[in-house]
Amino acid sequence: MSILADTCAKVCVQGITGRDGSFHAAQMTAYGTVVVGGTRPGKGGTEHEGFAVYDTVAGCRAATGANTSVIYVPAGGAVDAMYEAIEAGIELVVCITEGVPANDMIGVVGALRGRPTRLVGPNCPGVISPGKAKVGIIPGSIATPGPVGVVSRSGTLTYEVVHELTRHGLGQSTCVGIGGDPVPGMNFLDVLRLFRDDPETRLVVIIGEIGGSDEQIAADYVRDELDKPAVAFVAGRTAPPGKRMGHAGAIISGGEGTAEEKVAAFEAAGVPVGMSPRAVAELAHDRLARG
Amino acid sequence: MKIHEYQAKSIFRNAGIPVPDGKVAATPDGAVAVGAELGLPVAVKAQVLVGGRGKAGGIKLAGTEAELRRAASDILEMRIKELPVRNVLIERTADIARELYLSVALDRAAREPLLLASGLGGVDIEEAARTCPGAIERVRIDPAFGLRAYTAWPALTRVLGGPELVGQAVAIATAVHKLFMELDCSLVEVNPLVVTSDGRLVALDAKILLDDNALFRHPDLAAMRDPDADDPRETDANEHDLSFVALTGDIGCIVNGAGLAMATMDLVKHAGGQPANFLDVGGSSRPEKVLHAMRIILSDPDVKVILLNIFGGITRCDDIARGLIEARRTLGARVPVVARLTGTNEAEARELLASTELLSSDTMEGAVELAVRLARGEAA
Repeated sequence: MSILADTCAKVCVQGITGRDGSFHAAQMTAYGTVVVGGTRPGKGGTEHEGFAVYDTVAGCRAATGANTSVIYVPAGGAVDAMYEAIEAGIELVVCITEGVPANDMIGVVGALRGRPTRLVGPNCPGVISPGKAKVGIIPGSIATPGPVGVVSRSGTLTYEVVHELTRHGLGQSTCVGIGGDPVPGMNFLDVLRLFRDDPETRLVVIIGEIGGSDEQIAADYVRDELDKPAVAFVAGRTAPPGKRMGHAGAIISGGEGTAEEKVAAFEAAGVPVGMSPRAVAELAHDRLARG
Repeated sequence: MKIHEYQAKSIFRNAGIPVPDGKVAATPDGAVAVGAELGLPVAVKAQVLVGGRGKAGGIKLAGTEAELRRAASDILEMRIKELPVRNVLIERTADIARELYLSVALDRAAREPLLLASGLGGVDIEEAARTCPGAIERVRIDPAFGLRAYTAWPALTRVLGGPELVGQAVAIATAVHKLFMELDCSLVEVNPLVVTSDGRLVALDAKILLDDNALFRHPDLAAMRDPDADDPRETDANEHDLSFVALTGDIGCIVNGAGLAMATMDLVKHAGGQPANFLDVGGSSRPEKVLHAMRIILSDPDVKVILLNIFGGITRCDDIARGLIEARRTLGARVPVVARLTGTNEAEARELLASTELLSSDTMEGAVELAVRLARGEAA
């Protein structure tokens, strides 16, 4: 098994005629993921680089049975794209787009309540279940199937950690990049709950960063409910307060969100924290070897 | 993005939130003229985008024209935490009976806004939250409902200790929430919200933080950006789609991705070095971005070595290598460069760099350790 995306995924690419959308539609197909088509309002009924184009997500779903969508549209249209996929009843929506206003995300998260859709992102690299499916932009070459679940607020840092895990002989069940924004669709807790119920996942790697308190909540969950070992990394130990470090969410404000607080929370919950991506892989390796 | 108190108060005034009568002035003469218009005594408040201006002497009371002139002149000559004071806000003083706290902020864990209110106004609310958490009322705001009078009423009654002024407090709270949503704020804070001796609630201070991601639909607010608040190199970097934060060390860092950039800085520090900056070149690998990144980093005379850490996904390592070679050609070789390029097209990148004097390493740890040694003046 795996979580969120597997061989049953039928992917609709929202914004498939754009530069990123068409490039990654091809990349996902090359990885073996079933991309059933994409959307571009006004271009419905045409083809783009071999993919069927629909005006709407609902139209794509009706014609193809799409159950997953991935959004590459620019920031100005990303919020509508998320609402559209939710209203069309898509099960997994991955929003790659960055620069989405936080208040708009409060509305989107509200729209998710009581609906079957799970949203990953925005401002995220997406989901990969190695050997099964990739939805997003995580390079397929660095991942390999195995027992480690990865959840991360970062992009390239995720790649670095996954790369190290693979080099240490530790494959992954699913890697989920939830994104670096203050109001994400799924947060650590939402993803950890899925990893708990996934029999293939034997250990979870949590990659956090400064800002917010999602790591502290994740640490409590690991201690009280996960039933599986976890290893963590926290980026931003050297970040100065009050400065936005690239990610909209990565800012230390007041007493909330420092790396020290997060590391302490993980350690208090029995979750070892690595100083580098390689150290995280070594910790994961040791922990799994102990059984 | 932060805006000044006088700007936030002007927004408050238009939203119907009571603020003291006042005007901004850029010179002592201007301050005296405002004082004559308002009537003395007045408060003279430095307009800078950092906290702690009261402790730094940036807020003074003036009862006479001479005091006002001196206070304005003193404050306008100050630098508070490195920032120049370009304006002072002159305000009619209030007769304060009590100081309260009120704000609407984003509750990231709940993914919705939150109303915070407390009878402990005028103090550091984060400190109060730690030492006396029971003294802060937290009212969750369901986005489907917004902040309604009936939601705010019970908590504000407790904060005020009785029903007399609650109507005013509720009106202020709902107006603050409306601003939070309509202007796309990450924080709207009134600290202190004062109760005057004649029973009026007045916002004595005003703080608004804006969501940078939403500024595109608020050009009027975007125009309030104060260039003094940003390091000129940060502004330069922003213009070239680079995310940059200046730090005080001697190892210049160029990384793709914010998380990896922070992790690289952390590893530099762990290895005994000091990062000179945070720099995320972003997902695109246009060679000129590397050139701008190198130029901005090299403008810091303290930088002794440049560390490049690239994990190519969308970013192609050979593009980065080309940008690096071009930057070397145009900017010179004042400091050594350690490059670690892995991922998409890394073999091509290695080939390009093999014939140069640029140092490389296959791993993040190796590159960091080499950069730290070079910064200490040790041989590679």
